[in-house]
Amino acid sequence: MDAVKKRKFVNGLVLVLSTLAALFGLMWLFWILGTLLYKGLGSLSWEVFIGDPPAPGDNTGGLKHAIVGQTIIVFLATVIGIPIGILAGTYLSEYGKGSRWANFVRDLSDVMMSIPSIVVGTFVYAIMVKPFGHFMGLAGSVSLAIMMIPIILRTTDDMLRMVPPELREAAYALGATKFKVIKDVVYRAAITGIVTGVILSVARIGGETAPLLFTSFNNNFFTLNIFQPMASLTVTMYDYAMSPYKYWQDLAWAAAIILTFGVLGANILGRVIAHYKFKK
Amino acid sequence: MAKSRGFWADWTFGKVAALSAILVIFILIALAVVLYGESELAIKTFGVWKFITSTVWNPPMNKFGGAPAIFGSVVSTIISILIAVPVAIGVAIFLTEIAPHYLRTPVGVAIELLAAIPSIIYGMWGLFFFAPFMRDKLQPVIHATLGKLPLIGQWFEGYTPGIGLLTASIVLSIMILPYTAAISRDSFKMVPDILKESAYALGATKWDVMKDVVIPYAKLGVVGGVILSLGRALGETMAVTFVMGNQPVIPHSLLEPATSITVTLANEFTEADTDIYLSSLFYLAFILFVMSFFVIVVGKFLFLKKVER
Repeated sequence: MDAVKKRKFVNGLVLVLSTLAALFGLMWLFWILGTLLYKGLGSLSWEVFIGDPPAPGDNTGGLKHAIVGQTIIVFLATVIGIPIGILAGTYLSEYGKGSRWANFVRDLSDVMMSIPSIVVGTFVYAIMVKPFGHFMGLAGSVSLAIMMIPIILRTTDDMLRMVPPELREAAYALGATKFKVIKDVVYRAAITGIVTGVILSVARIGGETAPLLFTSFNNNFFTLNIFQPMASLTVTMYDYAMSPYKYWQDLAWAAAIILTFGVLGANILGRVIAHYKFKK
Repeated sequence: MAKSRGFWADWTFGKVAALSAILVIFILIALAVVLYGESELAIKTFGVWKFITSTVWNPPMNKFGGAPAIFGSVVSTIISILIAVPVAIGVAIFLTEIAPHYLRTPVGVAIELLAAIPSIIYGMWGLFFFAPFMRDKLQPVIHATLGKLPLIGQWFEGYTPGIGLLTASIVLSIMILPYTAAISRDSFKMVPDILKESAYALGATKWDVMKDVVIPYAKLGVVGGVILSLGRALGETMAVTFVMGNQPVIPHSLLEPATSITVTLANEFTEADTDIYLSSLFYLAFILFVMSFFVIVVGKFLFLKKVER
């Protein structure tokens, strides 16, 4: 076989192989998605959204407690995470620009972004659950917020740095203080980007289970008290899926599809905003 | 001189922003210190080397060794990387070089969205669908092929209900696949078109261009991405907890149930009833923290930082 033919043959082989790899990868992913849709949609009903938690072996009941719990935990996490993340990002971009210290914070925050989520859970257990002596919803929010802060910090920092310096200089020239420049000029120019970052970070942490396992734990009753153990969709899924009751397993799939729609919805929303914002 | 209007708002804002940045550092340091503090009892009781090498994990006897969990974490991570990386690079090549243009965006977005699906769903799918499939369909195939190999054949022996180290590794590989593929694709995309076009102009085939232009150019990014995926696999909990089996032993065969650091933590943390038990679990968490810290630092700063420059 001459060299040209050999090259063409190897080329064809690699192209076929990588197409097969793509199909192989996509096959698994579609299998999982298909399962989720099939089992999840099949288990959805009104009862799932409004019903009280089922008793063991019972065939009625729903996930109201977990849906409400999940919403509260994630909402509180954003309330804690957004100001800290945005302010720290603002500091890096506006105050510490290019300084060693700012670069150090940025690098550490990147490292923090990839810390295993279960490790964050053990940390919050040690600082909140152990001293108070019981699990609580607020501790779950704190773990999620810890995972959220570096993500928001990163996007805020990136977005603020994209604001052209001329805008700031124009405002300074009018005698504005730094705070006024940031509040009325920089934030205004970057607001869409920051909001996108926040939405994507919610999508990222909304589906986390591991940090909640030993912080907010689980609760078989409906509660609005953030100082008590609180059910979440993810931990409920974990418990129900492992249970021997068919109805509970079905509820776990229902929870799975509600959660996936929520997380994917937030993700797509963030992307759509980013797409329209940065199309220009 | 009187302070000008807005001075205090300006001053406060600057300080609060600086404090927030310090808080980020503080959280990370506190995390390391607290985990170390909580595991101190176990470190004192079992030592470092002894804990890492001891295979006895016996809560009723208060004897704790981390070897089974560390073994499971490391092995499942390695296997999942071995499976996911070639497939992910294939997907990346497909997306950047082969797929028709109208397919690239939708398939690319689909892969990114798949990376956004909560990992617990991979775990549930693994338990209810993949484990039975493994038991009924894949296990006989594995016995007949890999099990017949010399030397490593014994790693693929035995009949199990489909839950074990290999099952967990495969589920893990599917879970990190979209992530690895997205990073590899982004690295391939960064190769300037002009370089590729010059190679094509010399008569290179697509594979020649991949092999001699794209891959050398994107090498650092891909390796960095693979290392980050490795960090991800190491710390992943929910995708493996369902299908690992939670047996604190070093299995003879990859098909047998095992455990990993994350699986042990997820299953036993809330059940730990003695101080030394809880402390040993914190010790495992601390080891995982240190391992993933190094993996991230190597991936981010040795490889990806160079790409950015």
